[in-house]
Amino acid sequence: MPRKKITISEKVEALSILDEKGRLDEKLEPDIAEDVLFQLHRTMLLARKFDERLLSLQRQGRIGTFAPIKGQEAAQLGTIAHLRPGDWMVPAFRETAAELWRGRSLESVIIYNNGFNEGVAIPDDRNDFPISVPVGSQMIHAVGLGWAAKYRQKDDVAMTYFGDGATSQGDFHEALNFAAVFQTPVIFVCQNNQWAISIPVSQQTRSKTLAQKALAYGMPGIQVDGNDILAVYAAAQEAVQRARSGDGPTLIECVTYRLLMHTTADDPKRYRTDEEVEQWNQRDPLPRFEKYLIDKGLLTEEKRNAVESEILEEIQTAIDRAEKQMEAMGDPIDMFDNTFAEMPSSLKEQKEELTHALSESAEEGKDG
Amino acid sequence: MAKMTMVQALNLALQQEMEKDDRVIVLGEDVGVDGGVFRVTDGLIKQFGDQRVLDTPLAESAIVGMSIGMAAYGLRPVCEIQFSGFSYQNFHQIENHAARLRWRSRGRFTVPMVLRTPYGGGVRALEHHSESREAYWAHTPGLKMVIPSGPRNARALLVSAMRDPDPVIFYESKALYRAFREEVPEAEEALPIGEPQRVREGEDLTLISYGAMMRPTLEAAQQLQDTDGIAAEVIDLLTISPLAEKILIQSVKKTGRAVVIHEAPRSFGPAAEIMSRLMEKAFYYLEAPIERVTGYDIVIPLFNREKAYLPNTERILRAARKVLAAS
Ligand SMILES: Cc1ncc(C[n+]2csc(CCOP(=O)(O)OP(=O)(O)O)c2C)c(N)n1
Ligand SMILES: [Mg+2]
Repeated sequence: MPRKKITISEKVEALSILDEKGRLDEKLEPDIAEDVLFQLHRTMLLARKFDERLLSLQRQGRIGTFAPIKGQEAAQLGTIAHLRPGDWMVPAFRETAAELWRGRSLESVIIYNNGFNEGVAIPDDRNDFPISVPVGSQMIHAVGLGWAAKYRQKDDVAMTYFGDGATSQGDFHEALNFAAVFQTPVIFVCQNNQWAISIPVSQQTRSKTLAQKALAYGMPGIQVDGNDILAVYAAAQEAVQRARSGDGPTLIECVTYRLLMHTTADDPKRYRTDEEVEQWNQRDPLPRFEKYLIDKGLLTEEKRNAVESEILEEIQTAIDRAEKQMEAMGDPIDMFDNTFAEMPSSLKEQKEELTHALSESAEEGKDG
Repeated sequence: MAKMTMVQALNLALQQEMEKDDRVIVLGEDVGVDGGVFRVTDGLIKQFGDQRVLDTPLAESAIVGMSIGMAAYGLRPVCEIQFSGFSYQNFHQIENHAARLRWRSRGRFTVPMVLRTPYGGGVRALEHHSESREAYWAHTPGLKMVIPSGPRNARALLVSAMRDPDPVIFYESKALYRAFREEVPEAEEALPIGEPQRVREGEDLTLISYGAMMRPTLEAAQQLQDTDGIAAEVIDLLTISPLAEKILIQSVKKTGRAVVIHEAPRSFGPAAEIMSRLMEKAFYYLEAPIERVTGYDIVIPLFNREKAYLPNTERILRAARKVLAAS
């Protein structure tokens, strides 16, 4: 046997449609219905404004630590927009825009970020997993969901989100491998935002792209400009179609950037320069998408401002409502809920113990 | 002597040991340029360079597995797992290898590594950032499990952990990281692993705790003195496993009454083991059933309810008075 190159049928591609200057590659432009374009824009703006408000609420001590998404809205919305209600979303912890698209209420996000378990409540008609903090651990659940859907002969798909850092975890590789081996209908959406806290992607992997990791497992991988919603949308459309028609999983690497801190507990000045952030600010997905809509004659300055003030009002209303709801929340005794389908007697005893302790200290409080 | 927070004291231990011993290697997520998310490794990469302080890719299992290899070669890795809630990703490396390579290789290979990791509640954190699962490690044969309760003993115990011939899990309380300062001598100081300390003397009752729970425990002891005229003896375990029982048994033989306090869930927690030892070795001296004040057997709630979950002075006092009232 001579030494020769092995050909691999899967390929890694790169895709950009609307570049950072707002120039459009018309040949590649996806055909997106107007109402979907409006909805994408509105949600993008909502996610952006909401992120800003959450940050100020955090700074005022009105909510706890949270992970901002600024800069990653296109990567999330361009992918999630293809899911039907019955499809599954399996997020990491920085997918607020995708969650809002799926119908998560602003209130629930605020309530969760203020340390109330009530903020996780998921309506029965939404197949969306709660956020998952342990990096990389959730992707394999999408594989299980996808497999189960196939087993039940449904054409539902599962879309899972994760970061560049997550691709270093064994769990990531296991999930890709299982998905490919079992040909499950899964779309792996990697938001390569260049950083995993203080570690740049160049120290995370020696691979030229994250998308190419798909090849090792026998599935297609595509690297898209994650700040170009059209490219993200087009790539995700193909991946979802592939999954839905029984042709297996896809890995999409969205090249994007975390414009703000990792979480509100982080100080990015310790590890990256303002110049770098400024360069990525120039590639912000939001103005780029707005320019596209304006060029197409679908958006005007006035219309945008009208949408924005509507959004700001919506956010304010949500904050007011959440704060009102939270006044009635937080009975500590509720912490025992949802541990088991049926509460074991030892736990009932502990619950009674706490009930008793709480009433005693309330009594003591009255006396004192 | 300088007054230091626990973060600074731990940093001092690492810095001095690295200066002294080039086998000591620090590795983990964000431990280099960022100095660790709690800044425990701050400045080390500047002083020692990136061959002594490794900013690793994001993979706990690999961090621990690599540490095992380094340790078997003869180095002294000190790895940081960013939060103990993410140490389950490396659980198998500890259970299957770190804790038993000595055993499996009949002593040919050993794993003198330290796994440092923040644990515990009370800092308004996200899910997975507040638990206390020391029982997992304490239940693992071949592993040592250390939990300091203040800056000075944290520094002195970390020094011993780095010199220990066996793997040590070193839990650092987030709630204590910056809670208070203590005098920490510049000159080297080491505290032996496996020696609980009696931190307050008394004849009427023994309170046994460790880590972040030492503060409400000591506060309860003071209140018992002030309002009930009760002299409580307080023991700080410092090492959870291997559990050195002698001092506990001596104390309970004297007082006849005990309360064990930890924030970990109750069932199968460290208190259960301590109570068993006391039953086995001091049963005839007991004047009352031993009480425990612990976290509940549930996932620690998100931060708005965690205060009600965590043991506090009031709960400790209630248990202490119950034990004192029994005859
Ligand atoms: C298993 C695990 N290890 C460590 C952490 C702490 N941590 C939270 S986010 C993060 C970096 C994640 O980077 P990436 O996957 O790129 O996602 P991003 O934060 O950039 O969205 C780390 C180390 C965690 N949550 N889970
Ligand atoms: Mg990232």
